Amino acid sequence: MSLFNARSAWTIYKQELMRAFRTAMQSILAPVLTTTLYFVVFGAAIGGQMQGGMGGVNYGAFIVPGLLLLTLLGESTSNASFGIYMPRFTGAIYELLSAPVGVAETLAGFVGAAATKSLILAAIILGTASFFVDYTIAHPFYAFGYILLVSASFSLFGFILGIWADSFEKLSIVPMLILMPLTFLGGTFYSIQVLPEPWRSVAMGNPVVYLVNGLRWTFYGSSDVSIGVSLGLTLFFLAICVTFIAWIFKTGWRLRT
Amino acid sequence: MQTILQISGLTKTYAGGFTALKGVDLSINKGEIFALLGPNGAGKTTLIGAVCGLVRPTSGTIHAFGEDMGKHWRRLRARVGLVPQELATDMFERVERAVNHSRGLFGLPPDPARVEEILRALSLWDKRDAQIRTLSGGMKRRVLIAKALAHEPELLFLDEPTAGVDVELRRDMWRQIALLRERGTTIILTTHYLEEAEEMADRVGIINKGDILMVDDKQAMMERLGRTEALITLAQPLDEIPEALGAFPVSLTEESTVLCYRGGGGEGDLGGSAEVAELTKALTRAGIDYTAIDIHESSLEDIFVDLLEGGAA
Repeated sequence: MSLFNARSAWTIYKQELMRAFRTAMQSILAPVLTTTLYFVVFGAAIGGQMQGGMGGVNYGAFIVPGLLLLTLLGESTSNASFGIYMPRFTGAIYELLSAPVGVAETLAGFVGAAATKSLILAAIILGTASFFVDYTIAHPFYAFGYILLVSASFSLFGFILGIWADSFEKLSIVPMLILMPLTFLGGTFYSIQVLPEPWRSVAMGNPVVYLVNGLRWTFYGSSDVSIGVSLGLTLFFLAICVTFIAWIFKTGWRLRT
Repeated sequence: MQTILQISGLTKTYAGGFTALKGVDLSINKGEIFALLGPNGAGKTTLIGAVCGLVRPTSGTIHAFGEDMGKHWRRLRARVGLVPQELATDMFERVERAVNHSRGLFGLPPDPARVEEILRALSLWDKRDAQIRTLSGGMKRRVLIAKALAHEPELLFLDEPTAGVDVELRRDMWRQIALLRERGTTIILTTHYLEEAEEMADRVGIINKGDILMVDDKQAMMERLGRTEALITLAQPLDEIPEALGAFPVSLTEESTVLCYRGGGGEGDLGGSAEVAELTKALTRAGIDYTAIDIHESSLEDIFVDLLEGGAA
C-alpha cells in the first residue's frame, strides 16, 4: 500500500463537502448574507458619503479585500474545526483512526474540503460585491493564490482548534473572541495609515494587518505593508500549523488515548 | 492452526495512572470466533482499541497476519474491521451513503453490488435512503456492522455487538456472525451476554482488571471447570445425611426435603452425571424414597462468576 491513499482522502473530502451542502443555509448562505450587509451598510451607504475614498481607492472598493478576508478567516477556521470536532464529539472518529489513513490523507480530506468551501464562498462574495461597489483586481492570479493560501492556512488552524477543543464553547471562543476582533482592528474597514501614533505602531503587532494588506495589494497594487512581508508571514503561519498537526498525529495528542 | 493475531506483553497505563492492561498475551486463530468476557472496566475495549489503533499501548507488541502492526499499520488496518460498543456515527447521514463512505475510507473502490449484498444480509436494504438517526437502536447497530463489513475485513472486532438489542434481533445477529465465520472471517467479540459466548464462540478468554485469567476452548473449559448440580426431592424429610450417602458431595436444604448434589467436573473428571446415577442407586439401597430429580450442568456464566470470585478472593 502506497504512502498516500488517494481514495481515502477523496472519500473524506467528498463527505465534508456534502456536509457543507447539507447545511448550506448555515455554511454558505449565512456568511454571504452577512458580508452582503457589510457591503450595503459600509460600502454603498456610508462609503457613498466618503469623498476621496481611502488609500487612493473608492471606499466601497477599499473594503472588499478586508471583508473577503474577514469571511475567509472565520469560515475556514470554523469549517475545519467543526469538521474534525464533530466526529470526536460523537465518537465516530473511531472509524478514521482505525482506517489505513495517515496525516496526509486526513489533511487533504478535512482541510482540502474546508479550503474548497472558502474558495466557493470567496467567489460568491466577490460576485455579490460587484452588485454594490465597483472594484477591480489588479493581479487576479496572485489574488487567487493568496485567497487559496489564506484559506488553507486557516483551515489548518481550524483543524488544530477542532482537535484542541473539548467543548462547543471552546470551539467558538477562538473565532469569536480572537479572530473577529483582530480582523476588525486589522484594517478591514480602514487603512492603518489613518491611525494616530501610538495606535499605528500597536496595529503593526496585529498579524491580521499583514493578511488584509497582502490581499489588498493583489486587488489594488498598493497596501500599507510590503506584499513580501505579508506573503512571508502567511507562509510562516502555514508552516507552523503543518508542523503542529504532524506532531499531533505522531503523538496522538487528543486523538488516541 | 494458523495464528492471525498475536498479542505479546501488552500493557496500557493511562495518563491518570490507571493500568487497563497488565502484560496481556493472547493468540487468535484464523477462522475462529473468540469471545472475550469480562466485567465492566476489565480492559476488553482497551485491548480492542490497542489492536485497531485507537489506543496507544504503553508496551508490548501486536502482530496481525504475521506482521508487526506498529510498523505496517497501513496495510494491516485495511484488513481489520471494528464495530464499536457505542452507536457512534454521523446520525444525519443516510444508510447506504454511510456504508459507501466506510468502504472508500479504507481505500476500496465503489462496489454497489457488494454494498447491496451487505445491506440485504443485515435487513437494511429497505432503509438504505433513511437517515441513520431515524432508525431504531438495533438497526443503528446493524448499520455499524454494515460499515465495518464494507471493506471486507478478514479480522473483525465486535465490541458488545448485541448490547441493547431485543432477543429476536440478537438471534438474527448471531446468525449473521455465524455466516461471516463461514465465509472465513475471524471474529473477536466482547459481550456481557454469556449466553452469546456459549452459543457462538469456539474459544473463550476471560479478562479481569487487565489480566487474562484464562483462555480455552469453550467446550473444554466447560468440561474442565463445569459442575453438575442435581436436586433430588425426597418423599420424606431427612434429619441428617445418612451414612450410606457419606461418600457423595450432598447437602440438605433447610426444609430437609431436598437433597442437593454438587459435584463432578474438575480436572479430567467428567463424571458428574454418572455420580448422580450412583447416588440414586445408593438412595434406593438405603430405602430413601424420592419423587423428582432436577439435574443440570453449570453454564459458562457459572464458570465466569466462579473465576471472577476466585480472582477477587
